[in-house]
Amino acid sequence: MKAPAFSYARPRQLAEVLALLDRHRDEARLLAGGQTLLATLNMRLSEPALLIDLQGVAALRGLQLSGNTLRIGAMVTHSEIEASPEVARHAPLLAMAAPHIAHRAIRNLGTFCGSIAYGDPAAEWPACLLALDGVVVARSVAGERRIAAKDFYTGLYTTTLEPNEMIVACELPLATSGQRYVFDELSRRHGDYAVVGLAAGAQLQNGVLGKVRLAWLGTGSMPQRSLATEQVLDGQRLSQAVLAQALQTLRAELQIEGDLTHSPAAKQHLVGVMLKRALHTLTQQPALQA
Amino acid sequence: MHEAPDELDTGARRVTITVNGHCGQHAVQPRTHLVDFLRESLGLKGSHLGCEHGVCGACTVRLDDTVVRGCLVLAVQADGRRVETIEGLSERGSIRDLQQAFIRHNALQCGFCTSGMLMAASELLEHKPGASREEVREWMSGNYCRCTGYQAIVDAVCEVLASRRVGAAV
Repeated sequence: MKAPAFSYARPRQLAEVLALLDRHRDEARLLAGGQTLLATLNMRLSEPALLIDLQGVAALRGLQLSGNTLRIGAMVTHSEIEASPEVARHAPLLAMAAPHIAHRAIRNLGTFCGSIAYGDPAAEWPACLLALDGVVVARSVAGERRIAAKDFYTGLYTTTLEPNEMIVACELPLATSGQRYVFDELSRRHGDYAVVGLAAGAQLQNGVLGKVRLAWLGTGSMPQRSLATEQVLDGQRLSQAVLAQALQTLRAELQIEGDLTHSPAAKQHLVGVMLKRALHTLTQQPALQA
Repeated sequence: MHEAPDELDTGARRVTITVNGHCGQHAVQPRTHLVDFLRESLGLKGSHLGCEHGVCGACTVRLDDTVVRGCLVLAVQADGRRVETIEGLSERGSIRDLQQAFIRHNALQCGFCTSGMLMAASELLEHKPGASREEVREWMSGNYCRCTGYQAIVDAVCEVLASRRVGAAV
């Protein structure tokens, strides 16, 4: 199908973007990589009056390391993250997740922040943002607001962003020495929507797990942490008994919804398999030398 | 109202796009995606439209130096940028060996997916000259073919990777 008619603007300054967004609010859509937006326009699931193309705004480009933070500008693509040596070194979880996202041609245009804003519950980046305790940096004509990842999603494709607000960047704390990460995803075909997936991090000192982070994708209406399961694992050595308790807690804790191809029961089984594999990998892999 | 009325104008815009090395000015509506522009306005019919929502890969073209889904880019987004289609890539001669390998391996039957396959594979040949068969399969997994079963396509790409490696080593 063909997209409906809409207007188009390509401002060069962030202030112009924010002014347009403030004037047109829900009638306007921001165009970053467009890899979800253009598909929804072509399918006429979305009929905005105005697209505001962000490609001309230099301030929204690029990855920046400053202090102990990695700042991902609104126009940074999946491919840029995949190819970045800084990401591989300081945010290895992102480097692990990037190849799972769609296909090369889509990764070349689609953006990290666009994925965060869209909030697809089966997408990779929202779960990574949660696992890393990232921050969403939002701007409007009224100023800047910093939103913790855990407070950002409120429901299916729903976030705390106001209609006149946009994500200008996301910030992630840099990985510290001794940190370990796993990203795992089950899909029917490489690049397809995840059936379930897990972005996980932990520290391991003398065999004892600490700072366990488990963020799930594809399990419900939004990405979710399993906080109770993390608590069961924190301060423990991985054993059959600990694993059994973690699995039991996970099953009780996760709000699992089915999708077109997998029932909640099937996903319930799969998250258990995935947790087992992830814990095995986390405790076996060499720690990060930061 | 402080709203400038022309902000919501859906009419055609003047754009300057370099297509296959030729820079030209064109009028395009914002709603027109890149492949409709290439096919309908420029008569370049090598890029095909299959699903028109980014799934099949038949519309794959290059924007600046990377492959993109032509149906997921608006022509107005390409203003000031370079586009290369299968016509340009063929004329450049840089994938002649890949095209020959596709013929040798029967890596096409109806040909609908072929231009997209060649565009996708061309970026693989440049970026990952050492790619394994598994990496080739992953890379090409974003392009659908309804005739070949993919084996012949992967065979052809792998053969060109191998022969270019030999060529590079000589």
